[in-house]
Amino acid sequence: MSILFSGRATGATAKKISLMQRWWMSWTHHLRQAIGSLGELWRTPLASLMTIAVLGVSLTLPTTLHLLVKNVQSISGSFTQAAEISFFIKDDATEAQITTLRTMLSADPEIEQVHFISKQQAMEEFSQLSGFGQAMQHVADNPLPNVLLVLPRNTQPQAAETLRARIEQERIVEFGKLDIAWLERLDAMLLLLRQAVLAIAVLLLSAVLLIIGNTIRLSIMNKKEEIEVMKLVGATDAFIQRPFLYTGVWFGLFGGCLAFLIVELMLWWLEAAIGHITELYHSHFTLMAMSLSEFMALIGIAVALGLAGSYLSVSRHIRAIEPTGP
Amino acid sequence: MLTFDQVSKSYPGGFIALDRISFELAKGEMAFLTGHSGAGKSTLLKLISLIERPTSGRVLINQIDLSRIRRHQVPFIRRDIGIIFQNHRLLMEHTVFDNVALPLIIEGFTGKDMVKRVHAALDKVGLLDKVRCLPETLSGGEQQRVGIARAVVNKPPLLLADEPTGNLDPELSKDIMQVFEAFNQVGVSVLIATHDHGLVARMRYRTLTLKQGKMINDGLLQFEEPL
Ligand SMILES: Nc1ncnc2c1ncn2[C@@H]1O[C@H](COP(=O)(O)OP(=O)(O)OP(=O)(O)O)[C@@H](O)[C@H]1O
Ligand SMILES: [Mg+2]
Repeated sequence: MSILFSGRATGATAKKISLMQRWWMSWTHHLRQAIGSLGELWRTPLASLMTIAVLGVSLTLPTTLHLLVKNVQSISGSFTQAAEISFFIKDDATEAQITTLRTMLSADPEIEQVHFISKQQAMEEFSQLSGFGQAMQHVADNPLPNVLLVLPRNTQPQAAETLRARIEQERIVEFGKLDIAWLERLDAMLLLLRQAVLAIAVLLLSAVLLIIGNTIRLSIMNKKEEIEVMKLVGATDAFIQRPFLYTGVWFGLFGGCLAFLIVELMLWWLEAAIGHITELYHSHFTLMAMSLSEFMALIGIAVALGLAGSYLSVSRHIRAIEPTGP
Repeated sequence: MLTFDQVSKSYPGGFIALDRISFELAKGEMAFLTGHSGAGKSTLLKLISLIERPTSGRVLINQIDLSRIRRHQVPFIRRDIGIIFQNHRLLMEHTVFDNVALPLIIEGFTGKDMVKRVHAALDKVGLLDKVRCLPETLSGGEQQRVGIARAVVNKPPLLLADEPTGNLDPELSKDIMQVFEAFNQVGVSVLIATHDHGLVARMRYRTLTLKQGKMINDGLLQFEEPL
């Protein structure tokens, strides 16, 4: 309804249309505007591609770092054996004594698993792995002790330490060794890494916000004339804003997709190299790629940044443009 | 319907473009606004379309003081006022159709309804065959007429025209004036700023004459006054 001319029905509302129809119309309208904004990007393909490329690269780094943290975490997670306790058996212990201790420990409710490595086994493994095989044959007396590897049910460093102290009391046990210091160190490093990644991510994501904001600002400036005309014939700021917001969303979407492609390419490239290394370490480590939810999060964040960046720009600059008239 | 009450406008720098202007335009009335170049004709029209605000005095439409109109209401005011700009102000990168359709799209028209109205408006100014052209490929007079079609497409109750016949030959000027008269006959109030004295004299409508920001004549122009 018009403000000045009471009784003048304005616009499409003048026609009597059902709520359903109006809802449908608004959707098709939005769709058309979204596609229109896509067309706008296409009109300046080089500039648009440059912006998308910058966004893609800016989003790639935090994504890669996230995957790095995720993979390192999964490696450290696979080291539950870190809480493994090695009990070195006294040299004078008899076979029977060792067997008794093994059965006793196996029955212990606090112990998950007991694994016995005889001094012969240890020797064989050592000569194989070290490559000193030939040399070791000349060592007459096997200097390695018998070892009982105990995997505690509760792998927390504190609990493992109590267990170690208890079993060390056994007569035939020389001493028990629990290597947890490096595990704690690893945990601390991981925490540090995660915080660094967070800081870098925040910085790069704000860069994305600024890049989109600035790109939209430039395209607003380029369309100053057009915006003035639209204002002169009665367009609201909201109406003028919408195509620019869609442009921001498209930038975010394409930038996110590009980042995804770059990351996938990088993973594929690294896969071979990592496979080689893990072979050397007798480990079954496989690189964890992006999960579906992570992909969705990446795209979601990119689109949200696109929208936010363009909104920041649009809400200020479109308001500032005022027509100077006939 | 349109009332100017002791309206003055001075531009930054102290230049007085309008000096205590008072007049009233009735509903369904058609009038000319004349005066030398720089007399303040465009300024007066800008005050009505809220492009400029008066320095003092009041501009009222239907007893509503335009100074009470808030920023976010301005677009809705402009939808009620068809404006033909002195320098066309067309979207140069869009077709004639898109240009004329713009006020309709802003008001939420879509589909067949919109197309029908756009074609009707272009038909009135004799440009139906140029629907798909870009304004750049049109002559000055044709561009002017696209601007007229855009101003009337949503059938506003008030029509302001700033030099609508500036680039037209006498024949076309007459046609365009007939378009305005046709609108006037269905109750639209029309205010036309123009230099074209022959036209003003021939048409015999009420004429407001400005001279250096002052209103020096209101009524039928009696004689060919050198402006
Ligand atoms: N934005 C502005 N800032 C300062 N002075 C202005 C501005 N707009 C117009 N003026 C001055 O106000 C006076 C009236 O201008 P206006 O455009 O109203 O004249 P006009 O009657 O429309 O002239 P013309 O017939 O040439 O279009 C002019 O002297 C002009 O220099
Ligand atoms: Mg003028």
